[in-house]
Amino acid sequence: MTSTTASTTADRRPGSSRRRSRRGSPSRSPWSAVLVMVSPFLVGLAVFTLYPVVTTLYYSFTNFQLGSIRPTEFVGLRNYERLFTSSDTFWVGVRNTLWMVLIMVPLRTLYAMFAAWVVGSVRRGARVYRTLFFVPAIVPVVGASLAFIVMLSPTGPVNALLAKVGIEGPAWFGDPQWSKPSLVLMALWACGDTIVIFSAAMLDVPRELYEAADLDGVGRWQRYRHITLPFLSPVILFSVVTGMIYTFQYFTEAFVASGSASAVQDSSQLLGYPGQSLLFYTTDLYQQGFVYFKTGYASAMAWMLFLVIFGATVVMLRMSRSLVHDSGRP
Amino acid sequence: MATAVSPRLPAAAARERDRRPFGRRVLEGVAEHALAVALSAAFVLPLLVCVVTSVMTQQQAGTGELVPQPLHWGNFREVFEVMPFARDLWNTLLYAGLSAVGIVVSSVPVAYAVSRMRWRGRNAFFVVVLATMMIPAQVTSLPLYVMYAHLGWIGTLKPLIVPAFFGDAFSIFLLRQFFLTIPEETIEAARVDGASEYRILRQIVVPMARPALAAVGLFAFMFAWNDFYNPLLYSGNSASGQTLAVGLAGLAKSAHQSAYQLQMAASLMFLLPVLLLFMSAQKVFIEGIAMSGSKG
Repeated sequence: MTSTTASTTADRRPGSSRRRSRRGSPSRSPWSAVLVMVSPFLVGLAVFTLYPVVTTLYYSFTNFQLGSIRPTEFVGLRNYERLFTSSDTFWVGVRNTLWMVLIMVPLRTLYAMFAAWVVGSVRRGARVYRTLFFVPAIVPVVGASLAFIVMLSPTGPVNALLAKVGIEGPAWFGDPQWSKPSLVLMALWACGDTIVIFSAAMLDVPRELYEAADLDGVGRWQRYRHITLPFLSPVILFSVVTGMIYTFQYFTEAFVASGSASAVQDSSQLLGYPGQSLLFYTTDLYQQGFVYFKTGYASAMAWMLFLVIFGATVVMLRMSRSLVHDSGRP
Repeated sequence: MATAVSPRLPAAAARERDRRPFGRRVLEGVAEHALAVALSAAFVLPLLVCVVTSVMTQQQAGTGELVPQPLHWGNFREVFEVMPFARDLWNTLLYAGLSAVGIVVSSVPVAYAVSRMRWRGRNAFFVVVLATMMIPAQVTSLPLYVMYAHLGWIGTLKPLIVPAFFGDAFSIFLLRQFFLTIPEETIEAARVDGASEYRILRQIVVPMARPALAAVGLFAFMFAWNDFYNPLLYSGNSASGQTLAVGLAGLAKSAHQSAYQLQMAASLMFLLPVLLLFMSAQKVFIEGIAMSGSKG
């Protein structure tokens, strides 16, 4: 361990820090050391976060077009006005994204809770099950999306299975009615990280509570409802809030699914195939900003997204304060 | 926290002195396993489809059959012909490896400063770190694209790798959680002995937090390996800076779209490193994930 010579030196010259810590008040670290430790992050914060956030706000008030020789003009709120009033694809993206937030996020949380409960209740082999449930969560999204496109192709294995029991399967990613539900299935499949978090939270429930409940002859559901669930509530909140933030920025799955499903169609097909059903807020933003190079307009979209995510998170956290049981929180 | 994830199961433990009749216990056990097996099948099926399709002939792929007849191993070789798989793989390795190194090296001191050093404004600073996680990538990507274009970085891997060396909020958060578990006496004793903060970090904290560094490095590696948005933006249009995620999506959209067997063979080669990494460090991973959701 630490050398004895160092401690004798300290004994001979008792540092001020030692005296202060004896009195119980914590010693301050030297500013120079703090600065050295955090300066790479501070530089990164300035260059890769603060500067672009402010610049996007500025762009959003201009008609700046990347790569265009036309001089950039200040247009005030015109970009924002256009978002709400014109018949652009904006509202399509908003509607599709809200659909995903309202349907996918709760379903995913419930499904992960259910799977964690299944893992928690089997007596043997829980580790094997947990690994099997978790693996899809680490599979790269692009690879997973492609596997789902194959699995859910109109003549793919799932429809072949359905046909065996006499059900005519839908066209999944090829059908506007089924394209978003297909993405939801994919999200349920990849919820392993949430399962792990729920499993960990279930292990934090004091065992005495279960034992007491057993002595009282409480049923399974009652035990879950009144003991496990309150302990899970902070994790439910975590899962819903992070799920919501993720879904507002939902991009890769939609981009890959609509891209590869539309490949046989006209190559000028816009993102969102089939029939704009997979056009989400961020795929639209990408299209406006990096395909059409309408930088100002896309910047306005980006700032709206930022405000909505921020607002929704604050509202969620406020609302949940009374619902979440925070046990053992210091 | 990390210690919570163990093979012990709460329900099983609670039933150590199970008073239910034997028959009912067996029935319930069977029902539980039936449920678990059914769920497992749902989780495994897509991967199974990926594996079997990757060794099918073009005629058979997409027919919905699950037994490749005959086995067609040539798909894996053909992937290298229909897309620049080797180059994309190298780019992906560079992006994932270097950004993992960068994130660990730059996030460790920040995490130390917000967890084990005492200074005015520390809490406010940590809130700023966490707040950066809430900013959507779309908000920063437009000016960054302009900036990288001016620097001539578009089409190279620089926009992907360089920012990793300036700290990463999620990694700082995870490392902080780990650092907080190091006993205060250990660090205070070193301070009393006159060790500088750098020395404490290097010789005490880093060695003790090795599993945490591994977890953060693995997460960073996997994030970069899986990342689609950033490579699509900054390197996507230029072939030379393309990564596997973008290359694969391109393969699916190209004329080979109907060639499911090639897509699946390429996907499998894309998934395999991540799966191997996960299997070799499963414990580290699962604890890290559990920790990210902990109340801390």
